[in-house]
Amino acid sequence: MVAKERGAKIIHVDPRFTRTSALANTYVPIRAGTDIAFLGGIVRYILENELDFREYVLAYTNAASIVSEDFRDTEDLDGLFSGYDPETGVYDPTTWQYEGQEAAVQDRDPVMERETAMPLQHESHGPGVSGRVRRDETLQHPRCVYQILKRHYDRYTPEMVERICGIPPEKFADVARAWTENSGRERTTALAYAVGWTQHATGAQNIRTGAIIQLLLGNVGRPGGGIMAFRGHASIQGSTDIPTLFNLLPGYLPMPNAKLHETYDDWVTSICHPEQKGFWYHAPAYCASLMKAYWGDAATPENDFCYEYMPRINGDHGIYKQVLDMIDGKIKGYLLFGQNPAVGSINGRAQRLGMANLDWLVVRDLFMIESATFWQNSQEVETGEIVPEECRTEVFFLPAASHVEKEGTFTQTQRLLQWREKALDPPNDARSDLWFIYHLGRIIKEKLAGSTLRRDRPIRDVAWDYPLHGEYAEPSAEAVLREINGYSLETGQTLRTFGQYRDDGTTVGGCWIYCGVFADGVNQAARRRPGKEQTWVAPEWGWAWPGNRRVLYNRASADPEGRPWSERKAYLWWNEETGCWDGYDEPDFERTKPPTYRPGPEAEGTEALAGDDPFIMQGDGKGWLYAPSGLIDGPMPTHYEPPESPVRNQLYGQQANPARKVYDRPENTTHPSPPEPNVEVYPYVFTVARLTEHHTAGGMSRFVEHLAELQPEMFFEVSPELAAERGLTHLGWGHVITARGCVEGKVLVTDRLTPLRIADRIVHQVWMPYHWGPSGWSTGDSTNDLFTMVLDPNVLIQEGKAGTCDVQAGRRPHGPDLLEYLREYRRRAGIEEFHHTPIITTDAAEASHRCGRTDDGGA
Amino acid sequence: MGVRTWLESWPVYRQLTGSDPLGRGKAAMSRRSAELQPRTETADSMARSVCPYCAVGCAQRVYVSDGRVTQIEGDPDSPINRGRLCPKGAASKNLVNSKFRQTTVRYRRPYSTEWEDLDLDTAMDMIADRVIAARAARWEDADSEGRPLNRTLGFSGLGGATLDNEENYLIKKLFTAMGAIQIENQARI
Ligand code: SF4
Repeated sequence: MVAKERGAKIIHVDPRFTRTSALANTYVPIRAGTDIAFLGGIVRYILENELDFREYVLAYTNAASIVSEDFRDTEDLDGLFSGYDPETGVYDPTTWQYEGQEAAVQDRDPVMERETAMPLQHESHGPGVSGRVRRDETLQHPRCVYQILKRHYDRYTPEMVERICGIPPEKFADVARAWTENSGRERTTALAYAVGWTQHATGAQNIRTGAIIQLLLGNVGRPGGGIMAFRGHASIQGSTDIPTLFNLLPGYLPMPNAKLHETYDDWVTSICHPEQKGFWYHAPAYCASLMKAYWGDAATPENDFCYEYMPRINGDHGIYKQVLDMIDGKIKGYLLFGQNPAVGSINGRAQRLGMANLDWLVVRDLFMIESATFWQNSQEVETGEIVPEECRTEVFFLPAASHVEKEGTFTQTQRLLQWREKALDPPNDARSDLWFIYHLGRIIKEKLAGSTLRRDRPIRDVAWDYPLHGEYAEPSAEAVLREINGYSLETGQTLRTFGQYRDDGTTVGGCWIYCGVFADGVNQAARRRPGKEQTWVAPEWGWAWPGNRRVLYNRASADPEGRPWSERKAYLWWNEETGCWDGYDEPDFERTKPPTYRPGPEAEGTEALAGDDPFIMQGDGKGWLYAPSGLIDGPMPTHYEPPESPVRNQLYGQQANPARKVYDRPENTTHPSPPEPNVEVYPYVFTVARLTEHHTAGGMSRFVEHLAELQPEMFFEVSPELAAERGLTHLGWGHVITARGCVEGKVLVTDRLTPLRIADRIVHQVWMPYHWGPSGWSTGDSTNDLFTMVLDPNVLIQEGKAGTCDVQAGRRPHGPDLLEYLREYRRRAGIEEFHHTPIITTDAAEASHRCGRTDDGGA
Repeated sequence: MGVRTWLESWPVYRQLTGSDPLGRGKAAMSRRSAELQPRTETADSMARSVCPYCAVGCAQRVYVSDGRVTQIEGDPDSPINRGRLCPKGAASKNLVNSKFRQTTVRYRRPYSTEWEDLDLDTAMDMIADRVIAARAARWEDADSEGRPLNRTLGFSGLGGATLDNEENYLIKKLFTAMGAIQIENQARI
């Protein structure tokens, strides 16, 4: 809003007219799940009218790079790229590579990459690609990225955008004009999204489309530009940087894979891609320092730093797979740290049935959340599917400390770490999760101290000495942060930059990208210099990774010669006299590397980056308009319908993302979608979002009286037209039905939702918040029960924003009748047994497979 | 009471003669309100914290009196929120002090229909035993081709994204040391 006061134009795109829309200059309605069609239309508008920031595009992106002649586009193959294997459902990316580099990916295993969400590693660095690429600076070569992009989006016309998204052409023109006119030398435009945007079967590609536009318009690495993810939790960025994820180690190092990383060398080499430019080249030092942090004195160069201790993944061990394994009785125990999957995770019934089939469950939370009480008050208790007397799960509820009762860092959405001081001790048995995990580890270590089993050696050797303080023997969070930062074993000093990490076992460092947060032995995340007393970039408030840089890729804020693109947008510039970069931020690269620097043919790592290569984490130093590598479902974003959709894909025969991850299970039935019959049984689109007054699954808001009072009950919103069609009355009861569940609430009839004309028919959307469950001050049904588990193939995030449903007036059936009600719907839809939508809906799959490899010209 | 004191006790007089012509500040104060002190000023201590809800990262000042949080406000020094908080951040005192807060350990036996109390140390010990047993139950040394796995599939963990970095770090470290690969976070969800 401050931006608006200062003259910025705000455009708000949302399926529903919200409080944000009311404050924006322009509101654009859209059908949930069609973002790529909309943004693809903008890409086409830019290219068609040559409105790209040409100097920036030529110098800093891969627009001029030439792609393999064997590459085939979705235009050629009815919605598939070359290399699709109908049997495994994933692509062989060989033909997507830059010309001459096809061999680089030939030993890859795309099935394994999808199962283990391998592209997630690329958050901190580009995927492997060599720095030496053939280019055509005139952008005329038919196989240069610029021309490929142009052909790919050629049919994403304003009329097509209207047919798919329901956006009127004049609205579309308004956005396209505003965005392009407000970008270039003098101006920049920011793209902000809430992370619901990632919760799609095309989640990663949604963001990619935004990135393509921002790169074409020169809005990356410059002040006022960028792509801002408004992430939804205090430290959700931190939770991927220092992950508790099955496939990652801290700093986006991959979890060792049994097949790909049998030895330490295999593991390290696979990360550093020796042929690449950039920071990743020093991976051996990051790996060795992490192993030293984990295994302490036991880790030596001679024993490969105890690499043999590392557990290995070899497939999908993600949360949805775990839930299905719980239902099958394969998982015995489950620990929940401040998470409420009984309400917060999609397909809630499957979540709760899984929890009811464990030996034991530990819930750590502030409140008695539904994941602790599923055996008492869940919908399945109501229907008789869970009978308390027959449910064997042993449940431990351990009270947690609140954010003011412990100290530590959160990493907020712009990679900024902020330290929280402790205000007071937690009450009674409440403890921090740091306390819990530390003492759990200590007790287990004590119990296994005498073990001679090989498998217990890692537990005995793990470095677990942290100073304790206070009445409760709380481990020191600062000591942990110091280990995360890294220190020298020779001097005992904390390290200042990850460049000081060593591969010979002389440094300890838990997360290389966080190195610097404890520079000079000082907790930099605790810095609180008032914003008013520093520059507008405020570099002395907290600490941002990497290296306290506030804008990533900030080399791009200056032209190739190192001059600001314009006075207005000056951020960093090369100072010829002093021979270093000046400006408001930490430069993204060596401070004294001149813009004219060119690497020699032998240069490696960061030295291989030229003085005008801003995208320092990419293997070729360029911003990627086209991703030759690193994405499972294609080098360019393509419009696919959501896995459940009432309409046929208007652009291709291929209906939905062909590489999406599905789970074929009776608990996880999917509705028919075109070209299948019976689509009319679940005829409407539904989408879910948050209310400002509540927080996700409600675990931190339904139990808080002020918040519960502000939004006291479950409701859903429909247009007057849909209300008329289904006989719904404003503020009366209604319910929403899918094959998985049924949710009731009060109906809010407003014109904030508009029926959309999609293709040749009217599509109604239902909007629902998802904060409720059976506990707290305010209770209600859980919207996430409605969804099926279908995942984006790159990062295994669920489609949690667009589905199909039916809506009826009145309350839903309660008790066992509910099961019969849902069954009747499934019977009418012809999916009484198990059903999932066909993955492939085009005849081009064979052709795609045939032209997928270059070596033998065939499959 | 002298005439002057009497006159000055009359708000309109103060409004007309003082520095508050609109009568929205000092002029409108009664003796009682003039003497009131904000509880932020009388607090025993103040901690500089960060809102636990969303990822904007608004800074907070947390005031404590007599061992209780008495006020949580936006920190005006923060360049991010400049003293403001949204409804959630503003309700976080209520989060910390909520009547619903469960502050003692609760335990539900298998097949039971009710909760019982349990001592924290006993609970920790029982959990450690169960983790060790579940770990052993589905331990895998190697895959079918003899490649090392060194892992267990016997138990899993799921963390919320309001965990501190330090907590996540130790959770992942302990899980890895136990060979427990099934660990996930809100960050995927
Ligand atoms: S106050 Fe509101 S906007 Fe700020 S961090 Fe908290 S939840 Fe987010």
